[in-house]
Amino acid sequence: MRYSIFTLAAQTLRGHRGWKPVWRDANPRPEYDVIIVGGGGHGLATAYYLASQHGLSNIVVLEKGHIGSGNVGRNTTIIRSNYLLPGNTPFYELSMKLWEGLEQDINYNAMVSQRGVLNLYHSDAQRDAYARRGNAMRLAGADAELLDREQVRAMLPFLDYDNARFPIQGGLLQKRGGSVRHDAVAWGYARAADRCGVDIVQNCEVTGLTIDADGIHGVETSRGPIRARKVALAVAGSSSRLAAMAGLRLPIESHVLQAFVSEGLKPLIDTVVTFGAGHFYVSQSDKGGLVFGGDIDGYNSYAQRGNLPVIEDVMESGMALWPGLGRIRVLRHWGGIMDMSMDGSPIIDHTPVHGLYLNAGWCYGGFKATPASGWCFAHLIARDQSHPVAAAYRLDRFATGHVIDEKGAGAQPNLH
Amino acid sequence: MRLPCPHCGTRDVQEFTYLGDANVKRPGADEMSEAAMTRYVYERDNPAGRQREYWHHSSGCHAWIVVTRDTRTHRIESAEPAKPLVQS
Repeated sequence: MRYSIFTLAAQTLRGHRGWKPVWRDANPRPEYDVIIVGGGGHGLATAYYLASQHGLSNIVVLEKGHIGSGNVGRNTTIIRSNYLLPGNTPFYELSMKLWEGLEQDINYNAMVSQRGVLNLYHSDAQRDAYARRGNAMRLAGADAELLDREQVRAMLPFLDYDNARFPIQGGLLQKRGGSVRHDAVAWGYARAADRCGVDIVQNCEVTGLTIDADGIHGVETSRGPIRARKVALAVAGSSSRLAAMAGLRLPIESHVLQAFVSEGLKPLIDTVVTFGAGHFYVSQSDKGGLVFGGDIDGYNSYAQRGNLPVIEDVMESGMALWPGLGRIRVLRHWGGIMDMSMDGSPIIDHTPVHGLYLNAGWCYGGFKATPASGWCFAHLIARDQSHPVAAAYRLDRFATGHVIDEKGAGAQPNLH
Repeated sequence: MRLPCPHCGTRDVQEFTYLGDANVKRPGADEMSEAAMTRYVYERDNPAGRQREYWHHSSGCHAWIVVTRDTRTHRIESAEPAKPLVQS
């Protein structure tokens, strides 16, 4: 069923009893051309673009849980392309352009909302760094505006401009940034891939990779073996575990990142704002809850839950930025497992095993990258060569010294 | 999460600074190569389960300790001073 105002009107008249499941809950067949391991946003986007851009349809997506249960449903839904380094900016700008056309492309309302992303600066040095980043963004075709204090005050009058330690001096605004309904991204890509003939198999955990001297021949799963000469891993959070099945050690540590949502409120903030003197950012969902987060906990974890010190740190940063937050109650919080790579940037590349492809290391920036990650990973799988905007995301860059370290923090995953 | 410092007893995790996998070992002068240094600086086992890891009691006794912890549950199995382990 193609969604439109007419299908909506017809369903309204029938009391909405005619809606069908939006994708088939497929059973795995014994053989495919391509197996994609991981039914998150990136895996589903990869499957969709393999089918829609490269003409492949004999594809299966294997998900150990259910679609949308991993990080695509655990993030804080922000999209932006405000990166500095040449290896990153064109990639994230491609992602932004794909977001802008996504809903028409997949015929699904993902609630893409370009409400702006504003990074605040609190010192002259930080202003200069933001000016440089804004210029780099504009050179790469993204949009950026450097705002002074009064321009920021006109947008967000309720922030603490005269904070004794971190007075707000201004901000770098990307108007095309914003937020997207994250579950709808998973469901929309799943439906679009399914309509191209992709099998989506849920509750199917990969337990082994079948590899010999010729390369990969398939996977062992909890629902039996499946053969394919191309296997693509898109399992951020668990990349090291899957790679270990192929005898690979990755430059990645898994860490837990917590996120928070408040009780539902009337419209309060109409943009995404980030604190420049600590790690805190906040936006408001269409349901009214303030969605906010901060740093990772900082130690290896696969637990999908964190500890109290980081919660305290996030709340302190929030209060320093926006004292009015103190009156608001937190409704719930949760954790997701991040692939923290050693330079803070992702990997989209071949592996040393012929036919095994890797999409990993998204740190806590994976959601905004979903369309471009799928687009570039599909390009790599279909053509066996990197897409030009993802060419820097090589697995061997750590050995050759071509790391992409946006923060200049060095090989310390808990600092990225 | 609280860590059992062998010198100070059980203390809040906020008092500690995390370094990471304690099984990673810097290659000696005779085994030094680009590949060995890449493995040492960048590559990690990143296990889902039992891991030995370095923590520094930075707001306490300033000792480095090796904690054995389950990364799936955050359950602490043991903590011991790092110095004798590093020297052996």
